[in-house]
Amino acid sequence: MSHWIVALVILPGLVAPVIALVMRYDLVLQRVFSLAATVALVVMAGALYQSAATGVVEAYELGSWPAPFGIVLVLDRLSGIMVALTAILALVVLAYAVATGWDTRGRHFHALYQFQLMGLFGAMLTSDVFNLFVFFEILLIASYGLMIHGGGRMRLRGGVQYVIYNLAGSTLFLFALGTVYGVLGTLNMADMAVRAAELPEGDGALLRVAAALLLLVFVLKGALLPLHFWLPNTYALAPAPVAALFAIMTKVGAYAVIRVYTLVFHPDLEATGSMAGDAIIPAALVTLVVGMIGVLAGGTVARIVAFAAIGSMGTLFLAIGAFTPQGTAAAIYYLVHSTLAAAVLFLIVDQIRARRGNTALVPLPPMAQNGLIAALFFGGAIAMAGMPPLSGFVGKLLVMDALRDHALWGWIWGAILVTSLIAIVGFARAGSTMFWKAHDATTQADAPPPEARINELDAHVHPGAALASIGAMLGLIIALTVLAGPAMRAAEAAADQLHEREAYIVAVLGANAVPDPVTGLQRDTGDDPVSEPSEPAAATDETTEDPADEEEEG
Amino acid sequence: MELLVACAIGTMTAGGVYLMLRLRTFPVVLGISLLTYAVNTFLFASGRLTLNAPPVLIEPAPYADPLPQALVLTAIVIAFGMTALAVILALGAYLNSGTDALNIEKPEPRIKTDR
Repeated sequence: MSHWIVALVILPGLVAPVIALVMRYDLVLQRVFSLAATVALVVMAGALYQSAATGVVEAYELGSWPAPFGIVLVLDRLSGIMVALTAILALVVLAYAVATGWDTRGRHFHALYQFQLMGLFGAMLTSDVFNLFVFFEILLIASYGLMIHGGGRMRLRGGVQYVIYNLAGSTLFLFALGTVYGVLGTLNMADMAVRAAELPEGDGALLRVAAALLLLVFVLKGALLPLHFWLPNTYALAPAPVAALFAIMTKVGAYAVIRVYTLVFHPDLEATGSMAGDAIIPAALVTLVVGMIGVLAGGTVARIVAFAAIGSMGTLFLAIGAFTPQGTAAAIYYLVHSTLAAAVLFLIVDQIRARRGNTALVPLPPMAQNGLIAALFFGGAIAMAGMPPLSGFVGKLLVMDALRDHALWGWIWGAILVTSLIAIVGFARAGSTMFWKAHDATTQADAPPPEARINELDAHVHPGAALASIGAMLGLIIALTVLAGPAMRAAEAAADQLHEREAYIVAVLGANAVPDPVTGLQRDTGDDPVSEPSEPAAATDETTEDPADEEEEG
Repeated sequence: MELLVACAIGTMTAGGVYLMLRLRTFPVVLGISLLTYAVNTFLFASGRLTLNAPPVLIEPAPYADPLPQALVLTAIVIAFGMTALAVILALGAYLNSGTDALNIEKPEPRIKTDR
């Protein structure tokens, strides 16, 4: 049992209080520690991704308490992909925040940032739904602080909205968990899967209620219509690096849907059946349409990007809602792509804001480095709208291909194609208003020369480094396009592992827990509450890789 | 007893939802508190209601399920922290903008600097 899995949660959890308590007056030290910790997280997440990519599902029992009693962290292929994506995104965004001096505009940016990472990694690794709730709360508390970082009237009001909305969501989450525990008597996901399969006939309705409540909570995080109202204001009003990091937060909701609704409430389960898919697909269609119309209608670039993020969540949930291995594979690929695309666009919007003073869609005299920013915006918009040659095109193609056999395929294909066109029009209009009309004679008012206006607010700003981190993020998108083949193979392997289910349950509960397909059930873990905590029952036989190899990578 | 607890949870939830829909910070915070009371009671009841039984696994039953009690403790702590944070945030927003309305009519000033 390798301890590296839990290190991903512990390291940011330890660095954050140290930053907050010891270095609160020393920004340089804060930056050094925060960046160093994030680099270490990237290395560790990469090593964990490598280890998960071998196909082994590794379970880590916290405190060596055996599975259904203690909390288990599980690393499978999907978790490996998610933590690697999160770590890389976090590093680039943190570099941007340091380069632009965003971390100087309020206090405790770095501490909150590390707490946020702790919550994100925990939510992606845990195999216990109550623990998932706790990690959701950790990442939410940190995100409340980050959201209002820098202050300001509008940002505070947006922050209150965001907090209240998510508090209601947390309450709903607890109601769902209470129902789950009342029906199944367990909160461990693998144990839930086993017990849901052997549930007596009469309890099916309660289980459906629990599944529906959990789905509501997760799609609230994933900003699926009609639970998306928190997103536009939050993303548009949050500080740019925070909005870029938040691009992964909606994906945590999508990840939770994939995890729980392929493992526990999967389509073959008698009690719930295709309920989740039937609910998600129409909602995702509406989300896609509304999000992309918002791209046309949002009055500022920040809101346009926020609505584009909603639209991309619609596409993502379409692929998830199929609940087929092919659909899930496409969803995983598109998830990685849309996270990077939304993040890079938020960073570019911040550069526009720094140069123009606002993000309103009105012609103003040319900003500094007008051409370069326009090119970056062009690249990000191509990725987000799903035009060739970038990975958005590949992702949408995969999603459409995966949904070819779906009953609603005509609606789905039509919605994806038409909304892509709408998004292209919206982004093109925004780009031409900001970058081209700037050269019109009518807008050449008596503004100061562009060089004088660039980042006039801050003394400690490194525009070069900021642009470099935007370039790095675009480079990641290009890499995802060029390496679409290997990336898709990894996504397919992850999807197969998810839909096969057995490996996950065996890793958590031990080989005896898996139901025999012929004779029903034979489970002997879980009936003896006083089994020795010092003797981990599960996962000891799976850890076949040698520890020396692990340490080299870490 | 089940009926009584169920009615209490239902009443508190209804009151909480009603107060949340008022869209002013003070009623909303009260509503959130009511909702957390409701959900804590609900969580407690999810381990089945037992009287005069210790929350320890003992051989001759009855015993009360100890897990929901642990869950409720966690939920109480989290809800307390969250409510405190919401109050502080709401106060900050009120002092900054002079209104305690939750909805933002005009999302972002269009021309003025929105930094």
